[in-house]
Amino acid sequence: MEFLSYLISGISLGSVYAIIALGYTMVYGIAKMLNFAHGDVIMVGGYMSFCAMSYLHLPGWVSVLVGMVVCTLLGIIIEALAYKPLRSAPSLAVLITAIGVSYLLQNSALLIWGANPMSYPPVISGTLHLFDGQLSISYVSIITVTACVLIMLGLTAFTSKTKMGKAMRACSEDKGAAQLMGINVNRTISLTFAIGSALAAIAGVLLCSSYPTLMPTTGSMPGIKAFTAAVFGGIGSIPGAFLGGLLLGIIESLAKAYISTQLSNSIVFAVLIVVLLVRPAGLLGKYVPEKV
Amino acid sequence: MKMKKKIAWSDYMTYIGVTIAFVIVSFLKKGGALNRSQLGLLVPICAYITMAISLNLTVGILGELSLGHAGFMSIGAFSGIIAAMSLVNVIPYDGVRMAIAMVVGAVMAGIFGFFIGIPVLRLRGDYLAIVTLAFGEIIKEILTCLIVGVDAEGLHILINIDGSKTASDLNLLEGGKAIIKGAQGAVGTKTIASFTAGYILIMISLIIILNLIRSRSGRAIMAIRDNRIAAESVGIEITKYKMMAFVTSAAIAGAAGALYGLNYSSLAAAKFDFNTSILVLVFVVLGGLGNIWGSIVAATVLYILPEALRSFADYRMLMYAIVLIVVMLATNSSKAKDLLDKLKPAGKEEEQ
Repeated sequence: MEFLSYLISGISLGSVYAIIALGYTMVYGIAKMLNFAHGDVIMVGGYMSFCAMSYLHLPGWVSVLVGMVVCTLLGIIIEALAYKPLRSAPSLAVLITAIGVSYLLQNSALLIWGANPMSYPPVISGTLHLFDGQLSISYVSIITVTACVLIMLGLTAFTSKTKMGKAMRACSEDKGAAQLMGINVNRTISLTFAIGSALAAIAGVLLCSSYPTLMPTTGSMPGIKAFTAAVFGGIGSIPGAFLGGLLLGIIESLAKAYISTQLSNSIVFAVLIVVLLVRPAGLLGKYVPEKV
Repeated sequence: MKMKKKIAWSDYMTYIGVTIAFVIVSFLKKGGALNRSQLGLLVPICAYITMAISLNLTVGILGELSLGHAGFMSIGAFSGIIAAMSLVNVIPYDGVRMAIAMVVGAVMAGIFGFFIGIPVLRLRGDYLAIVTLAFGEIIKEILTCLIVGVDAEGLHILINIDGSKTASDLNLLEGGKAIIKGAQGAVGTKTIASFTAGYILIMISLIIILNLIRSRSGRAIMAIRDNRIAAESVGIEITKYKMMAFVTSAAIAGAAGALYGLNYSSLAAAKFDFNTSILVLVFVVLGGLGNIWGSIVAATVLYILPEALRSFADYRMLMYAIVLIVVMLATNSSKAKDLLDKLKPAGKEEEQ
C-alpha cells in the first residue's frame, strides 16, 4: 500500500510535469528555441488564479480560466515583443532573451506580490479513501492525472486532424516550405505560444493545488524538470513529453521515498543522462542522422 | 602574415588592458577611493571574469552550449577550501596557500571535467546542453551532502545521504575542525583570496586560453565548431580536441571557484546553481561568442550593473532583465540592424 501511494503521488506530480513539458515541446518543435521563460509563465498562472480566488472570491474553476486567459495573452505578448524580432538570429541570442524574459517575470512578480510565500487555497480539496482508508488519493491528484491525459489526447488530435494543427507540424518540419504552401508561419508560431502558455497556466494551478506554496520562483524548478522531461521523452514529440513527464514524476517520488530526499533530483538527472546515452534523441524522439 | 600580426596585436592589447585596469584599481584601492561594498566586489569580479573566459572556450570556441559551468566552479571552490584549510598549520603564507588551493581546485575540476566530458561530448546541440545542466545540478546536490573535517590524522569525509549525519559524526580528534558541514556548506573559512591573486589568475587563464586558441589545437577546435564533418574528414580527432577544450575550460573554472570560495568565510553549495551557470553564460553571449576581450568587459559591467542600480532599490533586478532583453534585441534583431546601418556614416562602408 505504501508503494502504491508513493506511485500515485509520483503519477500526479508526473502529470504536472507532463503538462508543462507539452508546452515546452510544442514551442521547441516549432520555434526550435528553449523557452526558459515557460516555467515563469506557470508561476504567473498560479498567481492569477490565486488572486481570482482570494481577492475576487471567484470559484476555483473560474480562477483557472482567468489564469489561462492571462497566460495566453502573456505568451502572445512575450512572443511578439521578445522572440519575433529574433526569428533569424542565432539560437543562443534567443536563449539569452528567454532568460531575460524569465528574470523579468520573476522580478515583476516579486514587486507585485512580494517575496513571502503565499499559501494557495487548493482549487479542490478532499481525499478519496480506498481499501478501508489504507490508500488515500486526493481529488487534486485525480483531477491532475485526468487533465493531463485529456490534454495529451486533445493535443494529439489537434495536431493530426485540424488545419491549424497540420500547419503547426508543417512549420516544425520546414518553415520555408510551409510558407510557400501558404501557411502563415508567424501566426502559427504565435498560436503555439498561446497554447503552450495556456497549458502552463493549468499546470500552475494544479502544481499549486498539490504543493500549496506560491513564490516568485515557484515555477523555475518545475520548469527545468519539465524541460528535462521533454528531452527525456524526445523533444518535439507530444506523446514523448507525456511519457517523459510521467516517468520523471514517478522516478522522483520513488527516489524520495526509498533512496534519499536530498539526492532525489540527482537521481532524476542521472536517469536522464543514462537514457540520453543509450537513446541520444530521447525515448520517443526520432534520431536524424546527419547527411554529408 | 598581416592577419597573424593583427591577431597577436589584439592578444597583447587584452593582456595590457587587463594590467592597466588592475593598476588603476590598485591605486584607487590604496588611495581609499573605493568604499567597502566596492572593495568587496573586486575578488568576485575577478572570479567571474575567469569563469566567463573559460566558458567562452566551451561555448564560443568549441561551439557547445554548456549550462552547468557553475558545477565546475563549485568543485573548484570546495576542493580549494579543503586544501587551503587543511594546510593552515603547515604553510603559514596566505599567498602560497591561495596558489595551492587554486591548483588543487583546477586539477579536481579538470578530473571531473574529463569524466563528465566522456558522456557529454558524445551528444549534440540541445541534448548536450541539458546533460551539462543535469551534471551541474547533480554536483550541487552531492556537494550539499558533503561533510568534511580535518584533524591530526588527516581528512575525514562523510556523504550525508539520508540527511541524518552532522559534523559531529566525523569523530574528529581534539583540535580538529569541520571544514564543510553539509547543507550549510563551508563554514569558518579563512578568507585569503586577494585582488592580486585574482589578477594573476585572470592573466594565467588568458595566457592559457589565448595560446590554445592560436595554436594548431585551437584551430582544430574551431574547425570542429565550424564544420564537424569537414574537420573529421581532414583527419582531426574530434573527441580528443573536444575533450581538450572541455577539460581546459573546466579546470580554469575550478581555479576561479577556488578564488571565489576563499573570499567568503561561509559558502553554501546551493550558491552554485543553475542561475549562476546562466549568469556566466549571459556574460559570454553579451560579450560576444569567441571574443575573449568581450567576455572580460561584459563580466565586469554586468557584475557591477546590479550594484550600480542600487539606487533603484527593488527595481534593480527588473532593470537588469530589461537591459538584458533590450541589448539582445538591439544587437540581434534584423530591424535594429537595418536601423544601425542607416545611422552609420557613409564613409564607414567604403572601408569594408
